[in-house]
Amino acid sequence: MNDASLSRRKSKYTPRTVPVSEDGSKLTTSAMIASLDAEGRETVAAPFGHALVDLAKTRDDIVGLTADLSKYTDLHVFAKAYPDRFYQMGMAEQVMISAAAGLAREGFTPFATTYAVFASRRAYDFICMAIAEENLPVKIVCALPGLTTGYGPSHQATDDIAIMRAMPNLTVLDPCDATEIDQVTRAIADHPGPVYMRLLRGNVPDVLGEYGYKFKLGKAQMIRDGRDVLFVSSGFMTMRVLDAAKRLQADGVDCAVLHVPTIKPLDLETIAAEAAKGGRLVVTAENHSITGGLGEAVAAALMRAGVHVPFRQIALPDAFLDAGALPTLHDQYGISVDAVTASVKAWL
Amino acid sequence: MGRDTSNVSLARRAYAIRRNALLMGEVQGQGYIGQALGAADVLAVSYFHALNYRADDPKWEGRDRFLLSIGHYAIALYAAMIEAGILPDAEIETYGMDDSRMPMSGMAAYTPGMEITGGSLGHGLGIAVGMALGLKRKNNPAFVYNMMSDGELGEGSTWEAVMSGVQWKLDNLIAIVDFNDQQADGKTTDALAQVPEAGRWEGFGWFAQEIDGNDMDALVAAFDAARAHPDPVPRVIICQTKMCKGVPFLEDREITHFVRVEPDEWARALTILDEDRPDE
Repeated sequence: MNDASLSRRKSKYTPRTVPVSEDGSKLTTSAMIASLDAEGRETVAAPFGHALVDLAKTRDDIVGLTADLSKYTDLHVFAKAYPDRFYQMGMAEQVMISAAAGLAREGFTPFATTYAVFASRRAYDFICMAIAEENLPVKIVCALPGLTTGYGPSHQATDDIAIMRAMPNLTVLDPCDATEIDQVTRAIADHPGPVYMRLLRGNVPDVLGEYGYKFKLGKAQMIRDGRDVLFVSSGFMTMRVLDAAKRLQADGVDCAVLHVPTIKPLDLETIAAEAAKGGRLVVTAENHSITGGLGEAVAAALMRAGVHVPFRQIALPDAFLDAGALPTLHDQYGISVDAVTASVKAWL
Repeated sequence: MGRDTSNVSLARRAYAIRRNALLMGEVQGQGYIGQALGAADVLAVSYFHALNYRADDPKWEGRDRFLLSIGHYAIALYAAMIEAGILPDAEIETYGMDDSRMPMSGMAAYTPGMEITGGSLGHGLGIAVGMALGLKRKNNPAFVYNMMSDGELGEGSTWEAVMSGVQWKLDNLIAIVDFNDQQADGKTTDALAQVPEAGRWEGFGWFAQEIDGNDMDALVAAFDAARAHPDPVPRVIICQTKMCKGVPFLEDREITHFVRVEPDEWARALTILDEDRPDE
């Protein structure tokens, strides 16, 4: 055991007092079903589940599978609407994925759901060989991406994009909000190959509607333009950087936001073109480890394109993260709006 | 109906499968010939007694699906599919070569009639569960056969699929376990407790039969019983087979997962096989 892990382990066992937030409320561990950034925003309930139900009205080929997590991936909405097209596969991710491959072989379009940790870590070989190698149209839709639960490393998929990006044929998506989840669900049903989609569930905030955004598979899109900073972000971090951009605006820092929901295949052309405009600090922002995610993908793309610009990464550390309340953890690991704003100010 | 209606005996078919496999082994100077010789009788009964298929239309919707979970047994399945007319004789010479449709490990994208990409063990039965579910959705009466090895019984994913098959009452699913008691490092039964095998499957709710997989009559009876079994449960045929069956000097060799055959021994093995060629 090295010194760092020893000290971390020791500190875990030090007796503690109850933490209290600034308004005096207790800071409890976020439930796994907690909605993110919903406070003070428009939200939409279970956008994935409802989009799938809507699709299934005209698509007889769509079936749903889950490994004991339908309620926690919003697939229960589909299960209720189409019980005979829903497969509860039990707590058995390997056979869920394999069976989805088999159903795809027989002409169906399976949507298979679990948590991101279980799909990416436990079922990897099955996704790889039964689905991706054959380019089968299985859609793997996974809740709790990155740091969206306070339960600790067993449930925090801080490495899922790094894992999934390495898989040939697989399209990897990290949508931002309810509007986008609805659109992504419809788009991937039409996509002929396999897809890994990160899912926000429950009451999901709706933020991109006000920008007139419409998802296009494989495309990065400018949500707002700006002269000083170019955020390149995915998933809910696009919400965060949009909020940070508003705060920074008040301080006279003009921020652009390029939203990149398709992590693979990456829209190299748009990213390189925006970065090459020059005069802006490029800041990638992702709800994922600093290793192997959007930030490194963008950095490599810019290097390959010969675009040499000031570059910073907002991402989770390459570490097993702590348990606790999400707002605390997001501050601690630098992905809250406060932390993003402070980081950018420090870098300018 | 693709089911074989010719008068060629199953023993003669098994001989032809062994012969094709030896010819392919000779091409590469290597191959999983021990498994191919051992499983030839199982494949003869599968392709010339049990399975419904059209040799000229491997994607025919009405076909029984035959999944080769054990990718390294590809040499055996190619040998059977050549005898069945799904693959042409002429391609024996291409086995394992660059650009061949018959790579050393079975992959769906390469070979007509190869339903899945096997090789990463413990995958076939789960895919078979999904295909059996899919066939039921389509009201397609075809069966899904998953040919697997005793070594795959060590993979946890196999047992997830075993439970799932029962959960979904997959009476259209037939698992064939080639139990030759050999895996890469030695005897399968020395690695993870494997006996009594049929009882284990029965405990999970399967209709299980354990037979001598080199006994043609027993194989025919077991496949017939597996198809005809009235209960809404999946079926397994555990086939006790002998590695290298049909070529005594190889049978007597210290049996290993990957049997070494010297360059001059391929012709000798073919000669010995031909000496006992069964009548049509």
